[in-house]
Amino acid sequence: MSRFRNAVLTVALLATACLAVAQSSQYPGVGRAATPKEVAKWDIDVRPDFKGLPAGSGSVAKGQDVWEGKCAHCHGVFGESGEVFSPLIGGTTAEDIKTGRVANLNRSDYPGRTTIMKVATVSTLWDYINRAMPWTSPKTLTTEEVYSVTAFLLNLANIVPDNYVLSDKNIAEVQARMPNRNGMTTAHAMWPGKEFGGTTKPDTANKVCMKDCTTEPKVASFLPDFARNAHGNLQEQNRIVGPQRGADTTKPEPKAGMPMAAAAPVAAAKPENNEAKAAIALLNKHSCTACHGVDKKIVGPGFNEVAKKQSGKVDYLVGKIKSGGSGVYGAIPMPPQSLPDADAKQIAEWISKGASK
Amino acid sequence: MNADNINSGRVQKAPENFLTQTGIKEVFAEGKKGRRDFIRNAFAAAAAGAAAPMAMAQGNPVPVEGGDPNILNLPEHAVGLGQGVAVEGYGKPSKFEANLQRRQSPGLTQTTQASVSFAPLQSLFGIVTPSGLHFERHHQGWWDIDPSKHRFMINGMVKKNMVFTMDEIMRLPSVSRFHFIECGANTAVDWGNVAVPTVQYTHGMLSCSEFTGVPLITLLELAGADLKNGKFVLAEGGDGSSMTRTIPMSLITSGEVIVAYGQNGEMLRPENGYPLRLVVPGVQGVSWVKYLRRVEVGDKPYAAKDEAIHYIDLQPGGLHRQYTNLQEVKSVVTTPSGGQVLLDKGFYNITGLAWSGKGKIKRVDVSTDGGRNWRQARLETPVLSKALTRFNLDWVWDGKPAIIQSRAQDETGHVQPTYQQLRGVRGTRSIYHNNAIQSWLVQENGEVKNVQVS
Repeated sequence: MSRFRNAVLTVALLATACLAVAQSSQYPGVGRAATPKEVAKWDIDVRPDFKGLPAGSGSVAKGQDVWEGKCAHCHGVFGESGEVFSPLIGGTTAEDIKTGRVANLNRSDYPGRTTIMKVATVSTLWDYINRAMPWTSPKTLTTEEVYSVTAFLLNLANIVPDNYVLSDKNIAEVQARMPNRNGMTTAHAMWPGKEFGGTTKPDTANKVCMKDCTTEPKVASFLPDFARNAHGNLQEQNRIVGPQRGADTTKPEPKAGMPMAAAAPVAAAKPENNEAKAAIALLNKHSCTACHGVDKKIVGPGFNEVAKKQSGKVDYLVGKIKSGGSGVYGAIPMPPQSLPDADAKQIAEWISKGASK
Repeated sequence: MNADNINSGRVQKAPENFLTQTGIKEVFAEGKKGRRDFIRNAFAAAAAGAAAPMAMAQGNPVPVEGGDPNILNLPEHAVGLGQGVAVEGYGKPSKFEANLQRRQSPGLTQTTQASVSFAPLQSLFGIVTPSGLHFERHHQGWWDIDPSKHRFMINGMVKKNMVFTMDEIMRLPSVSRFHFIECGANTAVDWGNVAVPTVQYTHGMLSCSEFTGVPLITLLELAGADLKNGKFVLAEGGDGSSMTRTIPMSLITSGEVIVAYGQNGEMLRPENGYPLRLVVPGVQGVSWVKYLRRVEVGDKPYAAKDEAIHYIDLQPGGLHRQYTNLQEVKSVVTTPSGGQVLLDKGFYNITGLAWSGKGKIKRVDVSTDGGRNWRQARLETPVLSKALTRFNLDWVWDGKPAIIQSRAQDETGHVQPTYQQLRGVRGTRSIYHNNAIQSWLVQENGEVKNVQVS
């Protein structure tokens, strides 16, 4: 009995305590304290001053292995590929490492801007690889792998030597060699606050002029005729009623006289293709579409191209999906894919019948 | 439905001798004003081949039978029984509106998961973007996340690290506000020269919605955030990309930044961050982190990938501007616009959108002569801070070439720049933050083209 009374008393005391805590907030009952375990799992960001960087290390050599297995098929063996994403490596020099300014950024004739030409902070590379790479299975690299891949990229850009082991202890030294480390400025009016100093004066000071404001304007830039239909038929991209229609860009532009625009037809609804719909849903689910388009090549061949070559070969296609392959459509290998057999079979059947949309 | 039905709303070309007296008067009045004299000179080559201006044509002429068959022959819907309620549990647009789609710009990206689709601004009215036509920008694909499992965490320079369920966030006092969201790279392809044909592709990374949610400051105060030393807040997404961006504390303490779950009266669409996204009024879209899972209060900026490698503005001389977040004053005429065809001469309503990341739109002026002379447009209500504002201007097209431009001014007095002014400071390789005045050339054949003038 007395045990019961004590229990009641404890509950009552606890309740009072809770009330006291709750009353300290304007919104009692909303939100709770995050546990250290929860914060550790989600708080993965790494700042330029390396706050948040976990202890650890990784070598260029290990980075090369990880790279070839998990990164090269999108980014190229040397981080140079622009086929899927912008190139990562290239365009920086030993002189840039000395000055901290990438000279090629000042050349309007230099083709493209790689990641390493632009990035000023090595923390950015570490943070991003850790949180978002590999593209189809982000956050699956170990801390050592992230250090290693970062070291490998830095080595490709000649920032660290071949035998380098990058770690939380020496990463600040690497920062001091980043080719574009002095290439950023916050002296502008585009940050909505005073946190960076900056300025509040906009770059331009156009005036509200109403009459005779410019000399006779001349058309200086317009789309060439060959690009007329490059964005599809514009007639089908405008409403079918209203003051204007879309131009029929499948036909040459009418030369003179008043317009003779036909009404824009509503694009005919395609009959539902449920088999294709289901297969394409599987392609998305298993991230196949990251490397293969239904009707275009990305890293690997388009499914239409595979369909043309492997018509009817369901078992062959299942095998290729499950164990990967190389050399049939190009040099870039496809790694083995782990997906349920039934899904692989459904995809293979869809391809074997022509990979229709 | 057959093709005739679809086409029956089309303006029929009138016989050339069909004139109205008022139309003739208007043409002559416009001609006398001489406002278009210079265009005849500017486009001398085009004008040389043109016949004398034709008379005004009647857009809806009376057929020889003595009446419009669409009036004389009662249609099916006037003489039959229509459909019942709730045939569509969630209604869809008319089948005749199927041309309005958000679209990818061909060749812009290699994948669809790290890509963008553009909103069809040329066919929208008012200031609200229908949620299904809202532009998309994904960095690592989009997801439809179970809201009962979504969590929101606050940590860093706070007295107490906290987590919230969606239930809890939706219990808090909410606000509903209209704001535009524009990608920092909107109009990027036209920085150097004209590259795309229509306003969908030049300006379509722009949308405006009513967002509902909790001011972020409310949640930060609940966690006891250090608002004095915590000058920067990192916002982080819960998807594969776990997008991170640095948000200025000053914008949060002003109460403007919202942790939003509602959009245009319903929940956010999955493509727009369901169930939770950050709304950062006036700031480029990349900061409006989708699938928001965490904010961290800190005393230094974070140099995340999309503020250290992308979304940095290359300036003449080779320096990049970093932390360029504001979307400055900008406007565009949405009709008539590139890729459209004016069906005939006569009256048109020039209409468009204006917006500024620094507050309300104060005025919009429109030129039909390539920026030489301007007329003030009507601003339609509502005119809201950091939201799209719709403007309109009456115009009678005389059939001659015309270059249509709009020029907005915001409440800070900042006037939208010309391309010459903008390039004079920022060069042509910036990619981001192109807010220059857009030009549309209306040609004599009625086709409208995207052009840049010098």
